[in-house]
Amino acid sequence: MSRDAIFGAIQRGLRRGPLPADQTLGLYARLNAHPRHLVPQRSNLPHPQQIELFLRNLEKEFATFTSVASNDDVPCAVADYIASQNLPADIIIAPHPELRAIPWFNRPLLQLREGRAEASDLVSVQHGYVGIAETGTLMLPAAPHRPTTLNLLCDTEIVVLRASRVVGPFEDAWDILRREREGMVYGNFLPRNVMFVTGPSRSADIESTLELGAHGPRRLHVVLIDDTTAG
Amino acid sequence: MLATSSDFKGNAKRALKNAPLQDSMRGTRALFPAKRAAAVAGLPEFEQLRDIGRDIKNHTLANLDFYLETWERNVLNAGGHVHWASTAEDARKAVLDICKRVGARTVTKGKSMISEELAINDHLEAHGITPVETDLGEYILQIRNEPPSHIIAPATHLSRADWEESFRKIHTDLPADRVFAERKDIMTEARTLLREKFLAADVGITGANFLIAETGSSVIVTNEGNGDLTQTLPRVHIVLASIEKVVPTLEDATNMLRLLARSATGQDMSVYTTFSTGARRPGDLDGPEEYHVVVVDNGRSAMIGSEFQDMLRCIRCAACMNHCPVYQIVGGQSYGWVYPGPMGSVLTPMLIGVDQAGQLPNASTFCGKCESVCPVKIPLPKLMRHWREREFERHLQPIAARTNLAVWAWVAQRPSLYRFATRAAAKALALLGRSKGSLSYVPLAGGWTAGRDLPVPEGDTFFARYAKQQRGEA
Ligand code: SF4
Repeated sequence: MSRDAIFGAIQRGLRRGPLPADQTLGLYARLNAHPRHLVPQRSNLPHPQQIELFLRNLEKEFATFTSVASNDDVPCAVADYIASQNLPADIIIAPHPELRAIPWFNRPLLQLREGRAEASDLVSVQHGYVGIAETGTLMLPAAPHRPTTLNLLCDTEIVVLRASRVVGPFEDAWDILRREREGMVYGNFLPRNVMFVTGPSRSADIESTLELGAHGPRRLHVVLIDDTTAG
Repeated sequence: MLATSSDFKGNAKRALKNAPLQDSMRGTRALFPAKRAAAVAGLPEFEQLRDIGRDIKNHTLANLDFYLETWERNVLNAGGHVHWASTAEDARKAVLDICKRVGARTVTKGKSMISEELAINDHLEAHGITPVETDLGEYILQIRNEPPSHIIAPATHLSRADWEESFRKIHTDLPADRVFAERKDIMTEARTLLREKFLAADVGITGANFLIAETGSSVIVTNEGNGDLTQTLPRVHIVLASIEKVVPTLEDATNMLRLLARSATGQDMSVYTTFSTGARRPGDLDGPEEYHVVVVDNGRSAMIGSEFQDMLRCIRCAACMNHCPVYQIVGGQSYGWVYPGPMGSVLTPMLIGVDQAGQLPNASTFCGKCESVCPVKIPLPKLMRHWREREFERHLQPIAARTNLAVWAWVAQRPSLYRFATRAAAKALALLGRSKGSLSYVPLAGGWTAGRDLPVPEGDTFFARYAKQQRGEA
């Protein structure tokens, strides 16, 4: 009922019936081509500078980071960060193959549990899919190996990201997701959700003044693995 | 919510006399414009992105049936459900039916203006289901049983003292002598209490900033993370979205997102921008088991093809109200319904009727600031003028306003007389305000000057100056 009424009213307003086939084809062509619009120049840089811009923007948005040379250094970076913030060593970690490849046993004091986050979890380690230099944003598509709750429930979220996965603008991030079609199940290429996270949770609802730590993580820390230099 | 828009003048008068309100508005008035200006200055392409944003929305509206159908098909492909609602009543019923079917007792809610428009909370409560607003601003308004005063900062009219008072009154389980030394203490208390609500809720209801036709997704944008907790933890996620939220592709949405946060809060990006597509997939460890979208018309389709169609481009960024000299003084609640400021003055008469909201389009100085900051270039002053014309035709204006306008129209149609009259008025005003540079009282316009000063004309009309310039004198 409502559906017909709404489409009828729209077409009356547009002073036409259903679109003729040739025009529909044109619209499908636009959907299939999904053309880019004007992409801001700010992230149009050689890759090393894109990484610098990404890190600068992370800090601008109140996130922090550690750069490490390889997988081997990640446990140490995580342990140091946790110690510096006086956080517990119990960690809920995403069951992602790349995170499993990290030699966590080098730091036996870190207590890792794989899975989704529960209300009692204080620190999460998430797998970073792509970093977007334009705004210092992390792209975190949901997947069995990248649970959404890790981005939301813990006081502190640590995201492990490879430097080769830092891109300039959002459009490049979409291209990677379209290409890799992660989580494709129903013939749609988007996973259940794609979160773009830019800094830790905050609110300006009290007297229009920004305070960090609203409902989501109070701290966001990125461990960036430099996998870009050959060697 | 009960509209009081028909008494805008009374509301505004009371707001002007409300000293605490004026205090807190004075404190925050300059913040949003300054932040927006800084964000815009940081993106040289911003002006071009505005044109593109306008064009994307116009293209979508011209093919709205096609894009809504495509979007619907893709939601269904991804295992989601779509419920079409012509009226607010249909939408409330759709939401309630879902909640009842799954036996919901509590429902968490992300901030959604359409939810306010549909008065979902009252409807759920009337049927024994407890809605919990989780956006900090909405949470305190729910406690205080107040309507929002702003579309992105709903509690912007409240001071810290108001928050403290309400929290002490309602959170009676906590020690009465606890200290709120800083804003953070208020936030922490809300965070802790709402965390339990997030975990207990059976259904989560969010709005949508955009729907994506290409992928069948809905998009929410928040800074707090409450919207994401709302749509991730409960078993059922219901999205409320109006028909004009759809855009064709992810690239189109990306352009709109570059405009949205900068225009709204002056951020490059809000903290959480999330694209949701259907329910939990096989193997996913979290996320809702059901994903529903209630698509609401509620008067919008009637704007298509009318002189108000441009209003459907609105992305609810609030820049127009943040920069509006009238809004800044009377506050959002004076507008008497869900949508305040210039966008509300255009939208509200459409949604609740010009007989209810006919005063709103007059709440403008026609300074043009709103249009100049609107990210999708909606000609708000022109649209408000359309309402004034319509209202005039319907003879809903008080007699005095009508006759004054009729006299003006009669004079304005006679150019020489018009020039004479305006020249005389400009000279008279210049004389009156010579010493101060602005006028706090204009004869016969007391209502207009009660809340603002009229800049003194420089003693010449536009026409006279234009003529001088043409002659090479200026
Ligand atoms: S009318 Fe324009 S400025 Fe106002 S809320 Fe809508 S998009 Fe923003």
